[in-house]
Amino acid sequence: MSVRTLPLLFLNLGGEMLYVLDQRLRAQNIPGDKARKDEWTEVDRKRVLNDIISTMFNRKFMEELFKPQELYSKKALRTVYDRLAHASIMRLNQASMDKLYDLMTMAFKYQVLLCPRPKDVLLVTFNHLDSIKGFIQDSPTILHQVDETFRQLTEIYGNLSAGEFQMIRQTLLIFFQDLHIRVSTFLKDKVQNSNGRFVLPVSGPVPWGTEVPGVIRIFNDKGEEVKKTGFKHGGNYVAAQKEGAFELYGDRVLKLGTNMYSANRPVETHMSATSKNLASKTQENIAPNPLAKEELNFLARLMGGMEIKKTSGPEPGFRLNLFTTDEEEEHAALSRPEELSYEVINIQATQDQQRNEELARIMGEFEITEQPEITEQSTSKGDDLLAMMDRL
Amino acid sequence: MVAADSEGPEDRSFRMYRRERSIPLRGSAAALSNNLSVLQLPASDLMHFGVVHGPSAQILSSAPGGMPLAQRQLQVKVGVGVSPPLITQVHWCVLPFRVLLVLTSHRRIQMYESDGSLMVYWHALDSGDASSAQTLFARGIAASVHFICVGTWSGRILVFDIPAKGTNIVLNEELAGHQTPITDIATERAQGQDGVADMVTADDSGVLCVWRSGTVFTLLTRIPGFGVPCPSVQLWQGMVAAGYGNGQVRLYDATTGALHVQISAHARTICALDLAPEVGKLLSAAEDTFVHIWKLSRNPESGSIEVEHCHGECVSDTQLCGARFCDPSGCSFAVTGYDLAEILRFSSV
Repeated sequence: MSVRTLPLLFLNLGGEMLYVLDQRLRAQNIPGDKARKDEWTEVDRKRVLNDIISTMFNRKFMEELFKPQELYSKKALRTVYDRLAHASIMRLNQASMDKLYDLMTMAFKYQVLLCPRPKDVLLVTFNHLDSIKGFIQDSPTILHQVDETFRQLTEIYGNLSAGEFQMIRQTLLIFFQDLHIRVSTFLKDKVQNSNGRFVLPVSGPVPWGTEVPGVIRIFNDKGEEVKKTGFKHGGNYVAAQKEGAFELYGDRVLKLGTNMYSANRPVETHMSATSKNLASKTQENIAPNPLAKEELNFLARLMGGMEIKKTSGPEPGFRLNLFTTDEEEEHAALSRPEELSYEVINIQATQDQQRNEELARIMGEFEITEQPEITEQSTSKGDDLLAMMDRL
Repeated sequence: MVAADSEGPEDRSFRMYRRERSIPLRGSAAALSNNLSVLQLPASDLMHFGVVHGPSAQILSSAPGGMPLAQRQLQVKVGVGVSPPLITQVHWCVLPFRVLLVLTSHRRIQMYESDGSLMVYWHALDSGDASSAQTLFARGIAASVHFICVGTWSGRILVFDIPAKGTNIVLNEELAGHQTPITDIATERAQGQDGVADMVTADDSGVLCVWRSGTVFTLLTRIPGFGVPCPSVQLWQGMVAAGYGNGQVRLYDATTGALHVQISAHARTICALDLAPEVGKLLSAAEDTFVHIWKLSRNPESGSIEVEHCHGECVSDTQLCGARFCDPSGCSFAVTGYDLAEILRFSSV
């Protein structure tokens, strides 16, 4: 509904992705001198984060991102994050990538839902950016890129009305509708119920600009307050203390969007079907993928702006597992419920050949661990690349 | 959780309303405002409900006990290979000789026979002088005499002239008065006056306009906003009830535009208001999970508007998005919530 939603969605999901990767890389951290050739070190971790962050905040990419446009499906967006996650030496299997995307989307859904004011989604975004800057403190070039994005956000969103923010909020919630994946950290902290729905507290501070419910004011013809009575509203609210800062630096007040993962808390998700009514499918399943062309254009534009650093020489990709063991990862891949599968975008090679070739060229820089089987029908390089993308 | 505050010797926990059986939905309700429409057919005992899911809306009918009988999904079809646009609202318009179901979405307005079986008219929104940073959509639906009024993203209100039967629906007038997207429209048939009804329109900046309808609509009063959207509005016996993004409910005199009452009613934005016209009960629902019921009245001496809180209900962990009374005396009501695939019903004991 709002054409200004994508930058907020992308940056916050990207922030959550970095939180998870950072935590997972730390958990698998081996001190540099003791590490074998195939184990992660602190240097590797910093390098992965640097590579991903510099790709995310690349100027050309940000330019495309900030253009007014509609939100595309979760499928399309997932493709962008797949590419982003592989912007470094790190490699993720399908199951780990699925889990990563689940965690990212549920975390941001939670943050949007619990934002006191619609405008506070901007504070959540700033919290993510503040943390991202923490990851790349030693790289002034990338820091400058992030600050530049900050400036762009302030320019575009700084003057939006409350009504426009409400529309952005509604657009985000429509995007996240019907997602009820249970995240163990959320369950443990009691912010999510066992049925996958988030807890909406009826206590605590009211949003900045809202009064504590329970007061009825009567006015006379002159507009003067002549009477004040109370009523029992049922919640347990208190007044807001102060407003979060929207400047480059400042106390955001709001904790939503800060890093909730620490080295001690493993990131788990429960993959059981949470929706009892399996007939209620998410929006994108209603029409059998007629979005292909629109989404292809969107992806080509967006990913065309991503500048992936080509690794010099034959360097092996380091695989990161989001699960505790390889067996667990394998099992997760096999047992993922049908309604939670992120179906890949079905590219019809017969439509818009030029666009497909352009996309294939962009994706050609993308390296994957397993070589796909070349079928007898694909004769040109373009077909091969499209076939590879179909298997993403 | 209940907050009943009738003073008296009765037990304070005496519930005025109890939960009835929910009506299941095929798809969850979308996080929109005014996302529930109810049609009570006095002739039969049937009740119709309309809820927006996203790119589709569900219309269903139920028997008095809440047992669902028939259901239908509506979509806006725009072309091959293009995804169906998001629907913003679905609402029944009761006119003197017929009832039409109106559906507003991005780019289009569609009107159907009341059971949703047949589309009788559609209107494509005009892009006019929209910039690229604006999406075109329609939102806000109400019936006034033999007109149907629909709000748009630009603030303009389209007035359609509806014949007693048939499909010869004509765009009669476009009302100017708002500069920001329309959120809601409410109308009321004026008592004792021949066919003249009053109307109030609200927008994203909180501005309210009060109109007298007719072959040409006249703007009577304009109530300024205060920087907060007004997602929902109601009109009853010369009183305008408006629900705002900061959780306030305000009551204005429709003729003068003067503010009479300001209630800090909710801790989050109000998503829906509804009125039970026979008794002057007002229902407010908000994203803070609460529903409140108020009794409106006029002081016979001073003429000022008075309000009394009747009942509060907490729908745990549910960001409400729609609420309606199910009968004109306010004995029962229904609510919808974001991500919830059912309509919750309450009726008084």
